[in-house]
Amino acid sequence: MKDLGNTTEIKGAAHQDLKHESAIKQVQGRADYTDDILEPAGTLHAYLGVSTVAHANIRGMDLSRVRAAPGVVDVLTADDIPGVNDVSPTGKHDEPVFPTEKVEFHGQPLFAVIAESRDAARRAAELADVDYEVLPHALDAISARDAGMPMVTDPLKLERGDVESGLAEAPHRLQGRVVVGGQDHMYLEGHIAFAIPGEDDDVVVHCSTQHPSEAQHMVSHVLGVPSNAVVVNVRRMGGGFGGKESQMNLFCAVAALGAKKLNRPVKIRPDRDQDMTATGKRHDFVIDYDLGFDNEGRIEAVESQFAARCGYSSDLSGPVTDRALFHADNAYFYPNVRLTSCPQKTNTVSNTAFRGFGGPHGVVAAERMIEEIAYALGKDPLEVRKANFYGQPGDSRTLTPYHQEVEDNVIGRIVEELEESSDYQARRAAIIAENTKGGIIRRGIALTPVKFGISFTATWYNQAGALIHIYNDGSIHLNHGGTEMGQGLNTKVAQVVAEAFQVDFDRIKITKTTTEKVPNTSATAASSGSDLNGMAALDACEQIKARLVKFAAESRGVAESAVRFGPNQIRIGEEVVEFATFIREAYMARVHLSAAGFYKTPKIHWDRAAGKGRPFYYYAYGASCSEVSIDTLTGEYRVERTDILHDVGRSLNPILDKGQVEGAFIQGMGWLTTEELWWDKDGRLRTHAPSTYKIPLASDRPRSFNVKLADWSENREMTIKRSKAVGEPPFMLGISVLEALSMAVASVADYRECPRLEAPATPERVLMAVERLKAGG
Amino acid sequence: MAQGHDIRFLLNGVEKRVSDVKATLTLLDYLRLDQRLTGSKEGCAEGDCGACTVLVGRLHQGQLHYETVNACIRFLASLNGCHIVTIEHLSGPQGRLHPVQEAMVDYHGSQCGFCTPGFVMSLYALWMSNPEPSVQEVETAIQGNLCRCTGYEPIVKAAMAVTQYGSPAHDHLVRERTDVTARLMALQPSARIVTGPEDDRAILPLDVADLAQVLAENPKATIVAGSTDVGLWVTKFMRPISPVVFITHLEELKSVEVTEEALTLGAGVTYSESEAAIRAAFPHLGDYWDRIAGWQVRNMGTIGGNIANGSPIGDTPPVLIALGAEVVLQSARGSRVLPLEDFFIDYGKQDREAGDFVAAIRIPRAKPGQMDAAYKISKRRDEDISSVAAGISVCVTDGVITTARIAFGGMAATPKRAATAEAALVGQPFAAASFDAAAVALGQDFTPLSDWRASADYRMTVAANLLRRFYLEQDSTQGAPVRLAIA
Repeated sequence: MKDLGNTTEIKGAAHQDLKHESAIKQVQGRADYTDDILEPAGTLHAYLGVSTVAHANIRGMDLSRVRAAPGVVDVLTADDIPGVNDVSPTGKHDEPVFPTEKVEFHGQPLFAVIAESRDAARRAAELADVDYEVLPHALDAISARDAGMPMVTDPLKLERGDVESGLAEAPHRLQGRVVVGGQDHMYLEGHIAFAIPGEDDDVVVHCSTQHPSEAQHMVSHVLGVPSNAVVVNVRRMGGGFGGKESQMNLFCAVAALGAKKLNRPVKIRPDRDQDMTATGKRHDFVIDYDLGFDNEGRIEAVESQFAARCGYSSDLSGPVTDRALFHADNAYFYPNVRLTSCPQKTNTVSNTAFRGFGGPHGVVAAERMIEEIAYALGKDPLEVRKANFYGQPGDSRTLTPYHQEVEDNVIGRIVEELEESSDYQARRAAIIAENTKGGIIRRGIALTPVKFGISFTATWYNQAGALIHIYNDGSIHLNHGGTEMGQGLNTKVAQVVAEAFQVDFDRIKITKTTTEKVPNTSATAASSGSDLNGMAALDACEQIKARLVKFAAESRGVAESAVRFGPNQIRIGEEVVEFATFIREAYMARVHLSAAGFYKTPKIHWDRAAGKGRPFYYYAYGASCSEVSIDTLTGEYRVERTDILHDVGRSLNPILDKGQVEGAFIQGMGWLTTEELWWDKDGRLRTHAPSTYKIPLASDRPRSFNVKLADWSENREMTIKRSKAVGEPPFMLGISVLEALSMAVASVADYRECPRLEAPATPERVLMAVERLKAGG
Repeated sequence: MAQGHDIRFLLNGVEKRVSDVKATLTLLDYLRLDQRLTGSKEGCAEGDCGACTVLVGRLHQGQLHYETVNACIRFLASLNGCHIVTIEHLSGPQGRLHPVQEAMVDYHGSQCGFCTPGFVMSLYALWMSNPEPSVQEVETAIQGNLCRCTGYEPIVKAAMAVTQYGSPAHDHLVRERTDVTARLMALQPSARIVTGPEDDRAILPLDVADLAQVLAENPKATIVAGSTDVGLWVTKFMRPISPVVFITHLEELKSVEVTEEALTLGAGVTYSESEAAIRAAFPHLGDYWDRIAGWQVRNMGTIGGNIANGSPIGDTPPVLIALGAEVVLQSARGSRVLPLEDFFIDYGKQDREAGDFVAAIRIPRAKPGQMDAAYKISKRRDEDISSVAAGISVCVTDGVITTARIAFGGMAATPKRAATAEAALVGQPFAAASFDAAAVALGQDFTPLSDWRASADYRMTVAANLLRRFYLEQDSTQGAPVRLAIA
């Protein structure tokens, strides 16, 4: 076969650095978010009325003052729900749209006002007179467990080996507890849903959700109509981070209820405070561990319990707490291990998905155990880490607590390269020397690894669809089931399509995600967006390409192997035809130019009852090294430098992936440093807007920030173009900051004691740990 | 007196005249709901995220100044005679990108894009005034802008690169400066403006004499300068505040007077407007000033407002009390002067009689031998409300402490002096032991509260340690740094 060569490359092929498809619109303020969609005449606005106690029986609800308020058109309560009064995403039926008998957290939605303006609805929502029979409440996991409150879902146990003898026989044994805080998503665009009624049962809902199919299903469930009557559309979100996976269901349901009842468009947008008080966040965990290890710091046995504040309903707490256990090993081999979860019910908002989905808590626990060993033995934590890394296939140190073999381990190489490039050893020695002088400012450094399992542990979620049309002018229309929340998914999938057809990226129009085009999609979550949707789109491309190749070969009388795509043309034997011309020709010859693609992840299976299986298709790896300074008089701190080496396989778009890594690191750092959720004794969340809840600012970035992708890496599994998922894994790189703070604190007692810093390590916690260590030292 | 009833301003290129403007109508709602300029976003409605950042051009002593503001907490009625510039005004003919926009695209500064218009506006203002900023200047300019996606690195890189994409000399706001100045001149009122419905009335006095008159007529009126606090009363608490008297536009309240004896700031002077004079007269307040809120809020908020609202956690009262500042109160009856510390009577209660307004703050210059420090402790370094704020002024003669003024915010129901700690210092040698003793004495001055910003324990511990820090910083024999550098 003649090699036709490939002299010019197409613009926007896979593996190229390509800017975000919406970047130009975004910088001009022309990218439309749901609140920017032109409102049809007659649009009404809804607002939620919420509870003012944490736990109570509802004796009665007098809404007459709400109804009489200026501008109010209607008030929706549970009585207005024609279908089922439930939006629980896992079918547990424990999450009513509006409760009728019981209030279970402070700020729980009780009814919705619909008014001519949002302002009028908001003011009226304050006027309800609810008669509560107040009941005792428990806000955190431990006090709720002590009070005998139930779990929201069945716990998980992962077990391997003989933990009892492992612990008993280990040369060293210690117990401890690590408290890891929750986190608000603080997506800049809050929740919003905008429903437009149609004929019959039809309703179209524009909203900001990561899971359009679930929103569609919930709306149909609440309205009591089939799913085929409901369309859910998402062009883009102003950030999601997991907070819009299940939490949008309620808003979609309320908007649709109002729209159908009143036959007018209804928009609902909570203000930031209601968004933060009425919707779920990252769980906080209390993790107890019992640890056995040898003189070298090698772990012999681990027993650990993970208690999580789940809130009043199950939501996604089952899979979140499961994933905490799946990551309680991080990159370390535990010869004997027993891990149990305790998804604890509490009288707080129901916690939900957030980047990492429980995984980060597991990793923090693993790293805390490493720290404990290091301080107990007087070793560098990095040395202890290396001693405990998983091995390579065949060396008997590859089996995880859930009985999956680690087959693709590259953590050794990642850490070795980062140790070298960050000059870790020399800097650590210098820091220790400097700290010895006993100054007010102390420094710390830590290099922490991440191994993160990729795939939904709900195996059926690992499927995706895509729909591709080529119009007869040669322009390509791309639709897939994933949603764009800033991560660049649309850009990456379009690159896959550009590469497949060997056409410039500009030829492809990426359209909004809609349940009308691709049905039964999974949430864009679990870092799976490009893995799943990229493959589904590729499948659609391959179907169309096969028809085009067949047509080309038949029309010219050449073998199919003599037909080649690109760049921006089709080569058929010796003949070269422009892509658009060829498409027109194919159309005239009645070639089908549209295809629905599909993909399901191979190899994975999971038996939750047995605690065994292969829940993950593969692992992503990374490591970060952070250096901090702390002020031992005030607890204030600063991140001086962070170096990162992260594995994204063969990147679909290195510059976008780097952006994900940088952003995830800062978000992870914020989780562990300044982002603190604070409830008062009545169960009111008092950190409910950016004035009181502090996410990192530009000035909180490491003073020197060096981020690299492991460009040698390639996924050993057959993922899309051999890339790896990037959304969640780098979030846990922020743990290096927590551990560096810990080292700086430990210096005030000559590193004799593990400081056991709680997260978030606010300046207050840092100072109090310093004072505690000084007093004990 | 003749009265106007319309609010007039330039919106991007177009002159607007709006009748019957409610006092509580925010600029953001006006832009998004009335004008359908949806580029500016609502992220928080409390001036803390910056997604709604726009530029406001206003005349000050005949000169046109553009500054970033949070449209979400700025009231439209306060913008009479101003030029409002939104993200929609940036692109050139045929949608050509502005240099700031080009840099943001090329450096991948947007991911979800929701915060992006606000960042573009902040960086635009920075580039206009400082086309080649340092990294620290960029960070200061975007203190009031939150991004949850990028981790900021690409945004900072874009900011540093804007100058390579174009010079402010070619920018249309710069080129049209003379024309816009003339158009704004023509919009300046010649009479008091009263607008809005009875229950949401906005009043813009013509001058300070008229302000006294308005307050005499409406003793319960809400005085609004920067609206960085009152804005939240509206957007968060839906509190009725009518009638509202806007004072931002009153030039007489914007004077900054420096003499050998004192620095006197008019009550309408913003943090930004006072910054240069503050830095020059009180160098120890330089870094502190940069940590008050974010840039947008510093452009709006006034020192007069920070004092007048009586908050126990305002950033300026503790440091001003330590410096011995006085507040000038004025009304139709005349004016009176009192020490700032006496102005704060109790939580939510100030020594302000009906019809009084804060006219000025007078801060005496440092005496020879006076040592000053200002400290702010907060969960996040920038754009946060202090858990503890401290101002310390100590005079030493021949190694002995002769006077000590120490004031704390966040430790009591009002900004308050630490009388016992001060007494413990006076007459003592300038030595570590004296400050240790003062730190212990502090326990008798304060019984702080625990809340979401800090626990009582932390507040006490850190307050005591700040006295120790003060000594270490002033003691010239210390070699090693005793606090983290800003940059």
